[in-house]
Amino acid sequence: MSSKVLVRSHINGENIDFLVEPRQSLLEALRDVLGLTGSKEGCNNGNCGACNVILNGVLVNSCLVLAVEADGGKVITIEGIAGPDGLHPLQQAFLQEAALQCGICTPGFIVSAKALLDRNPNPTEDAVRHWLAGNLCRCTGYDKIVRAVLLAAAVMRDEASLDASDDLQAV
Amino acid sequence: MNAKDKLKTGAADGPATREYTVIGTRPVRPDGVDKVTGRALYGADVHPTGLLYGAVLRSPHAHARIVSIDTREAEALPGVKAVITAADMPEAADEVSDHGETSVNIRYQSWNILARGKVLYHGHAMAAVAATSLHIAQEALKLIRVEYEVLPPVLDVRAAMAADATIILENLRTDELGHKGDRPTNIASHMRHERGDLDAGFAQADVIVEREFTTSMVHQGYIEPQNATALYNPDGQVTIWTSTQGAFGVRSQIEELLHIPVSRIRVIPMEIGGGFGGKNDVYLEPLATLLSKKSGYRPVKLTMSRADVLQATGPTSGSYIRVKMGADKTGRLTAAEAYLAYEAGAFPGSPVESGANGIFNAYRLDNLRVDGYDVLVNKPKTAAYRAPGGSNASFASESVVDELCRKLEMDPIEFRLRNAVKEGDRKVDGPRYPRIGLIETLEAARAHPHYHAPLEGPHRGRGVACAYWGNYGGRSSASGSINRDGTVSLVEGSVDIGGSRAAMAMQLAEVLEVPVTDVKPLVGDTDSVAYTEGTYGSRTTFATGWAVYELGLKLKQRLCERAAELWEIDPEEVSYAAGVFTAGAHRMTLKALAREIDDGRPLMASATVLPETEGPAFAVHIVDVDVDPETGKVQLLRYTAVQDVGTAIHPSYVEGQIQGGAAQGIGWALNEEYVYDAEGHMLNASFLDYRMPTALDLPMIDAVIVEVPNPGHPYGVRGVGEVPIVPPPGALANAIYRALGVRMTVLPMSPGHVLEALWAIED
Amino acid sequence: MQDFDYIRARNIEEAVGLLAQDGARILSGGTDLIVQLREGRRDACVVVDIKSLPEVNVLDYDLETGLTLGAAVPCGRISSDPTVRAVYPGLVDAASLIGGVQIQGRATLGGNLCNASPAADSAPALIVHGATCVIAGPDGRREVPAEDFCIGPGRNTLGRGEILLSFRIPAPPAHFGAYYLRFIPRNEMDIAVVGAGTSVVLDETLEHFVCARVALGAVAPTPLYVREAGEYLAGKSVTPEEIEAAARIAREAARPITDMRGTTAQRKHLSGVLARRALTEAVARARTGGK
Repeated sequence: MSSKVLVRSHINGENIDFLVEPRQSLLEALRDVLGLTGSKEGCNNGNCGACNVILNGVLVNSCLVLAVEADGGKVITIEGIAGPDGLHPLQQAFLQEAALQCGICTPGFIVSAKALLDRNPNPTEDAVRHWLAGNLCRCTGYDKIVRAVLLAAAVMRDEASLDASDDLQAV
Repeated sequence: MNAKDKLKTGAADGPATREYTVIGTRPVRPDGVDKVTGRALYGADVHPTGLLYGAVLRSPHAHARIVSIDTREAEALPGVKAVITAADMPEAADEVSDHGETSVNIRYQSWNILARGKVLYHGHAMAAVAATSLHIAQEALKLIRVEYEVLPPVLDVRAAMAADATIILENLRTDELGHKGDRPTNIASHMRHERGDLDAGFAQADVIVEREFTTSMVHQGYIEPQNATALYNPDGQVTIWTSTQGAFGVRSQIEELLHIPVSRIRVIPMEIGGGFGGKNDVYLEPLATLLSKKSGYRPVKLTMSRADVLQATGPTSGSYIRVKMGADKTGRLTAAEAYLAYEAGAFPGSPVESGANGIFNAYRLDNLRVDGYDVLVNKPKTAAYRAPGGSNASFASESVVDELCRKLEMDPIEFRLRNAVKEGDRKVDGPRYPRIGLIETLEAARAHPHYHAPLEGPHRGRGVACAYWGNYGGRSSASGSINRDGTVSLVEGSVDIGGSRAAMAMQLAEVLEVPVTDVKPLVGDTDSVAYTEGTYGSRTTFATGWAVYELGLKLKQRLCERAAELWEIDPEEVSYAAGVFTAGAHRMTLKALAREIDDGRPLMASATVLPETEGPAFAVHIVDVDVDPETGKVQLLRYTAVQDVGTAIHPSYVEGQIQGGAAQGIGWALNEEYVYDAEGHMLNASFLDYRMPTALDLPMIDAVIVEVPNPGHPYGVRGVGEVPIVPPPGALANAIYRALGVRMTVLPMSPGHVLEALWAIED
Repeated sequence: MQDFDYIRARNIEEAVGLLAQDGARILSGGTDLIVQLREGRRDACVVVDIKSLPEVNVLDYDLETGLTLGAAVPCGRISSDPTVRAVYPGLVDAASLIGGVQIQGRATLGGNLCNASPAADSAPALIVHGATCVIAGPDGRREVPAEDFCIGPGRNTLGRGEILLSFRIPAPPAHFGAYYLRFIPRNEMDIAVVGAGTSVVLDETLEHFVCARVALGAVAPTPLYVREAGEYLAGKSVTPEEIEAAARIAREAARPITDMRGTTAQRKHLSGVLARRALTEAVARARTGGK
């Protein structure tokens, strides 16, 4: 077996060193080596988006990246989306709009949507659908997901506010 | 307590017309934060100390005799801790076991889990390995030597029924209307529903339409592949962490398959990434358990690849369906006849019975006959899929109804209203309907702006279909305790697959008249809550909700007793409303009482129910399409799904069920299918080529909630999850007909099939 | 997945040397290679990561010499580059169709072409833009027209130790338009049932074709350059009838097979439909200055 390789990455704001075999994907390393199980394996060949992370500012399927490729790189996973003050507006909007049912695709959708809003703060419905076409959801029919992303975008532009109910404040 | 008594208890409050304070609101789900932050633990996320990783060897052939298996080389690979084959599985009993939505012969299930003697489909599990890493386990699979004698596969339902067809299971005999046949066959059973005089009915008809339909196998398509982690301890105690729709179902299947007493099995249902019926039957759990024992009592995790999921876990049936219906000039249906042949996969157990029960259930019919055949083919054993067998049956009947409407030049909703079933009418299989909401649903659809919106363009059409689904009750349990701050801890036995924790918390909050945020719901494992059937059959909000309701009544009673004790009066003198206990001059809030009685004695209760008064659900879908006649591609322009939901506990999640069901039905209708080559290899076992709808393929889906409360539930709940998958294929076929003038009789109505249909009418 | 070593090449010469070994594979975007290794469809002893090398990352436009496009430039960078968007619209069409956005963040036109799928979206677009493939190898550099790069399903012209470095794509003349489209059952994420790339150059009046190129995907063992369709249009008036005639030539040239993604008849039919639509759109772009 090839010996393990030291990978030094910056993950969710922290410098993290870890050992992997060259054949291990970034998804495997995140889940099995680093315990970051928020990124999910739905297909392991880039067709469902449940494992999406942001690598060096670019949205990628972590199942299609070797962990060794992340050496010297910067990774943001679902675990790094919320800030110290609480949930990201996307996360709050997903809750408020009931944009998840089983929740397995949710981390991938939120990471993808964040990558979208990072470059396009004011997307149309069609732009959201186009951007999220690589993320499969089998529960929702996408309706509430698309609404949640549009709501979060509006909130982040200060053009809408999230429901100020106790539930969300508790969040 | 029997179900009828339960119904009386529940119905005494009179469902429905009451004002609710919690029911009908849209709180954030209790498990929401964990699920948007990636913290929620799903089955594949568990990582017990000393974990081994497993992999499963699968058959490259659709039908073959296993001449020999040699696992020695695999066992010798460094890092490999155990290898198992069917020889490691105990002999299974030749008896049928009820799995809720389906029933399975245990011997067949054991064979399905690890092939014995013959492999019966491409992807059939042959052996399993546990090793120190997944990669080593996968390498070990390549070292297992299997010698096969390849047999011809049977891949089409009609070919499988032919007298000279290759026989898949040598000992199978047809159950022919209750009598066992006497010769080898691939037809597992033939069932029939019949009433009235069919010939007389058709003689009264002014128009008769008869058509044949074929549909492909399709998969549930949950995004989380099957997974299971098992620890077999040296003391014989087994713990299984898994993704399942029902922990108790897994426990009893492990008992039946591995002969381990239920008292030694603890099944922990992790968060589940979708199921839709496909995660009731076990596949990996027995393998992980056996591997754990054989590898020296270390925990073993098995996860399926996406290809494994598609090749080897339950799709739903491909089918051949023939429907003949007649109507008179007034638009009254006079007779209906259907023949349904469903692919069961490699072992008996297709959903043909529920398809046959449901096919004409939206219509009042005096003369009908429905024949259903359960037929083996060399494809994976089918499992339940959301309204099992309903969508393909409805595709056939709703297409024929649409043609009758065309011939009679009658509005499709008006035609359906003239024939719609209502309370007292009989279902296809005999029983009479209780209060149902088909007429209200049809009227809501007719009144919806979508139905009247102009639709212009040369290749555009609007289609309508309506559908029935029966739903299910089943056994459910819940227990709860009052905390010192007056909040309530709730433990329920139903796996939360789509937000049901919220629906449970809301029903308990409604009974106890407390804010929903004061109820903390928890999904229990098999050792922490009483027996509860799985999350299937649209039963959870109905039946587990009812258990929670009963629990709430008991907690309220106990609180009254404790208040009475405090005030030194009779419990009967204490009343409770809006969070306050009163008796004469005494008055105390629930929160104050909880604090007051916090003396070390627990305040707990539990409830188990087995209701049988699940209310049938009806849905009417309207869809606008634009079809490209040069490519055959169908684009959805607008979609409206109207449904009687009884009472919407959490309207957002009710809408979500309607939207998600419609989306799955749309995928089934337009692009999803199992593609096999002539040798029986599945060619499209990936999300690339098994084409489920993406966000870009669907419009917003307008979910319209109609509430005709179910008289058989304390809050009027009807199951909502299944019926929305039923109408889309029919609605889309009818829309395509209006767009192009082509009657599609095959699913999926993929571009290639639409083009072929267009070419056929041009010729 | 099988065991392999991973090496990040420091320069092209080192990469060429490493690739001369048995079982060496180039890793760039990885969106095909990693799946193929995982599914056992390709073997590797060593994976050579070249994507950080400058020669394969160049994206350089010059009015005279045209575009030099590194083979490892991710599709997402191509489709968001203002110059490429303005000058090479057919490339942008293809680059923004390969997978979803998360694939485009990694996948490269070079990798898409090297994978040599007959259905590769990059191939018809590169062919109609007149791209030349620049290849480095043990014997130095050589160049191959894009239409000659693939030699069979999954097979390309690269010999042992050779690397596709970049594409040289000429600067288009005035009144040029190009377009790539494909037919897929869904609206995203599928492999092309048929793909069609076209480019046209119109005369001053915008009423006549000066020249044209047509290429099809997924209708032959390799991406198919239909030279005769373009030659037919040279000098012809821009009319629906002439476009239809060229599309018929493309349709005749197509020799598709039946597989799980489409039948021979469907693909043959779609070849004509898509060639016509792609020509019509290329003309529209030529008339509006490439927009």
